[in-house]
Amino acid sequence: MGILDLFAKKKSSNVAKDRLKLLLVSERADCSPEIMEKIKNDIIEVISKYLEIDTEGLDIQITKNDLEGGNNAPALCASIPIRGQKRDLNKKTGEV
Amino acid sequence: MSEVIVVTSGKGGVGKTTTTANIGTGLAKLGHKVVLIDTDIGLRNLDVVMGLENRIVYNLVDVVEGNCRIRQALIKDKRYDGLYLLPSAQTRDKTAVTPEQMRKLTEELREEFDYILLDCPAGIEQGFKNAIAGADRAIVVTTPEVSAIRDADRIIGLLEAEEMGRIDLIVNRIRMDMVKKKDMMSVEDVIDILSVNIIGAVPDDENIVIATNNGEPLVGTNCKAGKAYMNISRRVAGEEVEMMDLNAGNSIWDRLIALFRKN
Repeated sequence: MGILDLFAKKKSSNVAKDRLKLLLVSERADCSPEIMEKIKNDIIEVISKYLEIDTEGLDIQITKNDLEGGNNAPALCASIPIRGQKRDLNKKTGEV
Repeated sequence: MSEVIVVTSGKGGVGKTTTTANIGTGLAKLGHKVVLIDTDIGLRNLDVVMGLENRIVYNLVDVVEGNCRIRQALIKDKRYDGLYLLPSAQTRDKTAVTPEQMRKLTEELREEFDYILLDCPAGIEQGFKNAIAGADRAIVVTTPEVSAIRDADRIIGLLEAEEMGRIDLIVNRIRMDMVKKKDMMSVEDVIDILSVNIIGAVPDDENIVIATNNGEPLVGTNCKAGKAYMNISRRVAGEEVEMMDLNAGNSIWDRLIALFRKN
């Protein structure tokens, strides 16, 4: 790979793969990308009350539940990178 | 023990018929007794790909409607022992057959054949439902293109909903030169997206066009696609065969070495 490639735009096979992955998540679950986006935003809102999260790195996916007793039903898997716990949370609620 | 295998894809033009013809012929070459059924009523093509179009007397709909016995409609391929074709009807449509009738037909054929291969029409309507009705397992054919992969995903979902016993994937028409430049998704990319078992990858090979022109499946011949299809046939029959290195013979060095060997 030449140094010029570093500045080149994203290769088309990667573009295709990313597009497909996103598309198939919603198609498998039979729900639209807009709904997925809304779910994502709601999750961010709720979790942000308690934890400092990396909203950019948040990833939600609908996958098959392969876990024991999962019955192969679709499952919503959210991967939410945590930056840290909110310091003022304990004070507010009065817990230790 | 016999197996009924449906070859399907969702999208048209990805190589279902070519795949059915080559795997069927491959299995016959391995010594199995095989019947290929063209279930694409109204748009039959397996007969021309197999080079048997001039020998059709009766067809699938004739059998189902009781106009003839199964044996009368089966065309024996004289080039290979134990290879038969049940052609589709050209002047009817998909509603001429029901899933129940297909199930009955495949059950009857099980008594005589080791492998019953069904070439499924494109789409997810009646023709698809007919083709999968009697099948034990499915082979899904796709190419490394977004449209074909999306349709393959939908088909896999439908097959899973129908509780298909086993689903395997073939990635067809790989161009390694483009994959290397990252301008085509690799076999690994496709597996990653579809998360389904892979049974083989077939490189894009102009010999396929030539073989189809001649009405002679190229499985087992000494070209890339011929080798790939033979490997797939062996895997379908339950053999453990290592995945082919699609890169081999592509670099300048490989070509030079091949040139010296020839001389």
